Amino acid sequence: MAKMNLLQAINNALDIAMAKNDKVYSFGEDTGGFGGVFRATSGLTEKYGRQRNFNTPLVEQGIIGFANGLASQGSYAVAEIQFGDYIFPAFDQIVNETAKFRYRSGNEFNVGGLTIRTPYGGGIAGGHYHSQSPEAYFAHTPGLKIVTPRNPYQAKGLLLSAIFDNNPVLFLEPKRLYRASTGDVPEEEYTLPLGKADVVKEGKDITLLAWGAQCEVNEKAAEMAEKDGISCEIIDLRSILPWDVETVAKSVLKTGRLVISQEAPLTNGFASEIAATIQKECFLYLESPIARVTGLDVPYPLCHEKEYFVDHLKVYEAIKASMNF
Amino acid sequence: MAKDTKHNIDIVTEASFLDASALTIPMLQILKEDGSEHKGAKLPEFDQALAEKMFDTMQFIRILDERMIAAQRQGRISFYLASLGEEAASIGSAAALQDGDMIMGQYREQGALAYRGFSVEQFMNQLFSNAKDLGKGRQMPVHYGCAELNFMTISSPLGTQIPQATGYAFGQKMDKSGHCTLCYFGEGAASEGDFHAALNMASVYKVPVIFFCRNNGYAISTPSQGEQYGGDGIAPRGVGYGLKTIRVDGNDILAVLRATQLARKLAVEENEPVLIEAMSYRMAGHSTSDDPTGYRSREEEDGWRKKDPLARMQSWMINKGWLTEEQAESNLQEKKAAVLAALKKAEKVPAPSIDELINDVYDQPSEQLKAQLDELKAHIRKYPDAYPKTSGSID
Repeated sequence: MAKMNLLQAINNALDIAMAKNDKVYSFGEDTGGFGGVFRATSGLTEKYGRQRNFNTPLVEQGIIGFANGLASQGSYAVAEIQFGDYIFPAFDQIVNETAKFRYRSGNEFNVGGLTIRTPYGGGIAGGHYHSQSPEAYFAHTPGLKIVTPRNPYQAKGLLLSAIFDNNPVLFLEPKRLYRASTGDVPEEEYTLPLGKADVVKEGKDITLLAWGAQCEVNEKAAEMAEKDGISCEIIDLRSILPWDVETVAKSVLKTGRLVISQEAPLTNGFASEIAATIQKECFLYLESPIARVTGLDVPYPLCHEKEYFVDHLKVYEAIKASMNF
Repeated sequence: MAKDTKHNIDIVTEASFLDASALTIPMLQILKEDGSEHKGAKLPEFDQALAEKMFDTMQFIRILDERMIAAQRQGRISFYLASLGEEAASIGSAAALQDGDMIMGQYREQGALAYRGFSVEQFMNQLFSNAKDLGKGRQMPVHYGCAELNFMTISSPLGTQIPQATGYAFGQKMDKSGHCTLCYFGEGAASEGDFHAALNMASVYKVPVIFFCRNNGYAISTPSQGEQYGGDGIAPRGVGYGLKTIRVDGNDILAVLRATQLARKLAVEENEPVLIEAMSYRMAGHSTSDDPTGYRSREEEDGWRKKDPLARMQSWMINKGWLTEEQAESNLQEKKAAVLAALKKAEKVPAPSIDELINDVYDQPSEQLKAQLDELKAHIRKYPDAYPKTSGSID
């Protein structure tokens, strides 16, 4: 075991993947010798050379187009998009190419070796363009897998699974936790399953669901609620696409209550998809309406970030409202 | 030589490939590094007042950048982005325009905005995201914008403004406005697809647009030559798309002014889109989040320090008899005082009202948004200590 922050865990996963298989390539804007603006790829050029970890020109559609081609050739392409907010020039490559590569060719070709890493989320005074949580846009796209870790241990295991998974994976990294989240991480290789949620803490009165950085917020809200005698079951969804209906439904069948918190705006966020499905699966067991605690339907703000942010107080209020329904 | 008349192309019978040497693009320079004029160089149109305004703006931006980087280090603002070393490129080009011409910036052209007349108070209000910021505190520092001054609000994603400039200029042409659009971007942003779309469409539609590329050597840590592009910079792309193209010394304000004056003429009088590539160097880090010591040497920076555009213009102004060392120094001190006073004032202006959170998403807030705001306000009233910036001012 070693103490690592989330960035170090990601760096360590990349290191292990590149050592394990010399067809793993890592690239993106500033990701070469400099190691990326967050330093997630630092040291990789020194270790594996400029042919395996390198800078790209500043062109996101080019990065993902290039990565699609490289993956279709049989390599493991690990492409970094510097901020999730800057992924949209690559939307066409991801939605129309990455996601449909296998299906449209009748499995003659695929880009299963592709992993797109990108930091997402707010809480860093980043304004409109360094704060967004774009998962819902991509969750509407069959053919992609979407994964996001909540801490260093999860980050390493999930990223190693993502890189070697036989499907393209969008790996969303909670940048607010890059350095803030630390924990014990095994130094050797290990993987965590994609498509499986993680029950972080068992409880009996209410289920709290989130993914990525929002898990930490839920844990804090649960601590407050526990003081009121409310027993919270905390679930980290981990994979947004495909998502683990079974684990969530099983929990809600037990508690009868569900609060989903997400950083992104309310309308058409992934929480809405979960609410619809869980309502169907658990309808007769629900004690209160499924609650979505989310951002407002506005662009991510700067000066009102604190007010906009889905913090533990908002989740706590939602827990109480659900219990008192 | 035979000709394919349909395409107006010469026919050859021997296979030969062109390489970059087929097009070598020189760089216009009027002022040498010591501030003296090249003999016989054709000068831009200017008078003493224009020269003084350019110099004054350069000094102001130098001070503003220096002071605001310090303010960021002190935790007074969250972020800053300096234009150190590139002041001549933005100010010299802005000085060639008319006030009615549109400017679309990337994020390192505070010089152009200051030249247009954005006041030190306006700069500060944006940087402090306060209630007087024209952008209502919604964007990160340095994302300025001002309709009155025809300066389009900055957006962080790179290159998005370039095709917008083509579209804006198309409208100006159709309105017979007699105005053009000048669009700034860096050599990194010129890798984006938007750049290529913009130049091609401008060439097809023949619109009055000036694409102004600040080639400052770095996109964050990525050096231009060999890692951003393999060819001879950005200028040859202009020729490839059929645009009038020129390369200038971006640290020579007279060369920038001259090239942009001629470009404006081409754009406005002949509807010829133009590409200007200004060769310069980003003396500052990319932003306050960046530390250039991680990717470039002190020696490299020192080499460029000798080409400092402000020092070069200052020497030229002194040679002209339009400035003395003492005046330059006292102007600098005046600007320092003005910047500091404005900073202290802006810092005390409260944040925009929480009501602004839902305004301008649409022309009118929807009923859903109003309900979301009401819910948020009720929550803030319940936990006033957790939201100190707004809890004191909600109704």
